[in-house]
Amino acid sequence: MKLKPHRLLAKVLVYGTLLLIAMVWTVPTFGLLVSSFRSADDVSRSGWWTVLQNPAEANLSLDNYRIVLGTAGDDPRLKAKIRAGQENINLLTSVVNSLTVTIPATVIPILIAAFAAYGFAWIRFPGRRPFFIGVVALLVVPLQISLIPILRDYLKLDLNGTFLGVWLAHTGFGLPLAIYLLYNYISSLPRDILESAFMDGASHFTIFMRLVLPLSLPALASFAIFQFLWVWNDLLVALVFLGARPEVEVLTQRLLGMLGTFGTDWHLLTAGAFVSMVLPLVVFFSLQRYFVRGLLAGSVKG
Amino acid sequence: MESLEVKKPGGLVQWLVTNLGRILVSLFIPAITFIVLWRTFIFMRDTSAPQWITAVVAIIWGVGGLAALFLLANWTIERLPVAWRVRMTPFVFVGPALAILAWYLFLPTLRTFYFSLFDKSGQFIGLENYVYAFTSQPMLESFRNNLIWLVVGTGLSVGFGLLIAILADRTHPRFETLIKALIFMPMAISMVGASVIWKFIYEFRPEGAVQIGLLNAIVVALGGKPQAWLILKPWNTLFLVAILIWLQTGYAMVIISAAIKGIQEELLEAARIDGANEVQVFFSIIIPTIRGTLVTVSTTIVIFTLKIFDIVLSMTGGNFGTQVIANEQYTQMFRAFNFGRGAAIAVVLLLAVVPVMWYNLRQFGRQTEAF
Repeated sequence: MKLKPHRLLAKVLVYGTLLLIAMVWTVPTFGLLVSSFRSADDVSRSGWWTVLQNPAEANLSLDNYRIVLGTAGDDPRLKAKIRAGQENINLLTSVVNSLTVTIPATVIPILIAAFAAYGFAWIRFPGRRPFFIGVVALLVVPLQISLIPILRDYLKLDLNGTFLGVWLAHTGFGLPLAIYLLYNYISSLPRDILESAFMDGASHFTIFMRLVLPLSLPALASFAIFQFLWVWNDLLVALVFLGARPEVEVLTQRLLGMLGTFGTDWHLLTAGAFVSMVLPLVVFFSLQRYFVRGLLAGSVKG
Repeated sequence: MESLEVKKPGGLVQWLVTNLGRILVSLFIPAITFIVLWRTFIFMRDTSAPQWITAVVAIIWGVGGLAALFLLANWTIERLPVAWRVRMTPFVFVGPALAILAWYLFLPTLRTFYFSLFDKSGQFIGLENYVYAFTSQPMLESFRNNLIWLVVGTGLSVGFGLLIAILADRTHPRFETLIKALIFMPMAISMVGASVIWKFIYEFRPEGAVQIGLLNAIVVALGGKPQAWLILKPWNTLFLVAILIWLQTGYAMVIISAAIKGIQEELLEAARIDGANEVQVFFSIIIPTIRGTLVTVSTTIVIFTLKIFDIVLSMTGGNFGTQVIANEQYTQMFRAFNFGRGAAIAVVLLLAVVPVMWYNLRQFGRQTEAF
């Protein structure tokens, strides 16, 4: 097919503009990735883009990752590279902490919200409408409003600095959106299926476990990814309720700390940042379809 | 018409017992979960097991414990007489969620307002903290900066999102998918991670030294002087806003793109046959059709931006004239330990979202007359 000249020009413009924008959006992350493989001296002596001009002499290695993860061991070559104050970065501990915070803080709200969404959608009970309106109202409430009262409760209950406290906080802050999203999905399930199960004498609980949960898997997955990314990337809730103890700190807290202490050690900062980004990026790209579906269903989160 | 609530003999007692039962059921699951988990934690806190073992045990306890409790609650309910079972079942389902929402979001709005009336030493001072929240220098600076974040951040995120969505719609599907994935990617990155990425781009070395920050390298290559972007008043806030735009454009793009793909092809074709050019199609058909989506996307990003915190804390700590409301709240709480002021600032944030809340509720009321 032959295009007329002005149509061709328009096409070139469209593709060109998009390529340019995509490049601007990708280069920052790419620069971070490249720098994380370069030695301290290389990073501070030349821009990361020089690697592209002269790939043969780039001298890339995983050393920075071994230093920040605390897996350098007794390797004398690596030991020589570690400066005073950099021996105990040990991000591996923070990775485990981030997982310990994130997995329950994703599953618990989903379970509680799925029950609630079913209750709102398929059981008639007094107060159903006002309670659900309450949930909708809470969708946009900024979580800052809860920090002081909940912190006071936690101090009284000795919950401050525990994972349980953080799970519950993330559950509370994630619930409105979870209930709203899952309600929209569960309430639109075909009525006949549920009614015939009722006719057969199944209880609400059985219907929920056997029928509704399996049918709602796409919606559950959407919200799970949402909440996973939200909790993994959260800084504020961790700072307030987990506090600054190295043995419980999550990755975002450690990264913030590294920005303060190693402000110019870009070889370590870039490696640390990438450690914190790997898992969300993998989850994101492998489950993007579900994530987008969730975004489309509930673009009202507070 | 017969009312749903059938009055039975002994109505009042029955009513009281029923509602008491409902409240108990609502509190039962969270309370027991809470106590069991709490005790386990105290136990685990004192063990010296390796970290990953504690982590696995914690995860299993947290998730498994909750599931077990829902099962237990249901088992209990099913042993009740039918009438009671019918009354209690909804509260096994809805109760735990309502109890947690009440504790974590609903009651805190009231309690935060109450705390905002006291000073650092616990003395009642009326609305004095609000005088600070509305007239103090750091807060006025925060209001100005938050306004910049809202206008520039939201405007450009939505603007870029719209541009990319429109253009990508005209390209080969494979190309479209690739471009969108690249622009969407930052959504997976934390704001602290993004701050590391961008701080590296803004890195400054004195004139004459090798510039390792991309922005200064470009400026120098074009013959300019290197700048310390993050302390360059009044522009530094804009350099922070750029990070937000980088993070949020993907979101705007995805939602707007879905809306554009939902426009009927016949509508666009008809306009083109009538002689409308692409610009006219864009302004008189595409924009009016997706107006609702644009409003939703903008509102979501506005609410997100209003609470912006991580970026400012990681990049400048709120110094050099970049303070924002949420970071000022954090500073008051955890640097100055002035909870009263922190509470007053939180109330200001809440007031700012009230119009959106009101709009959401009205929309919800309209859509669900028969709820």
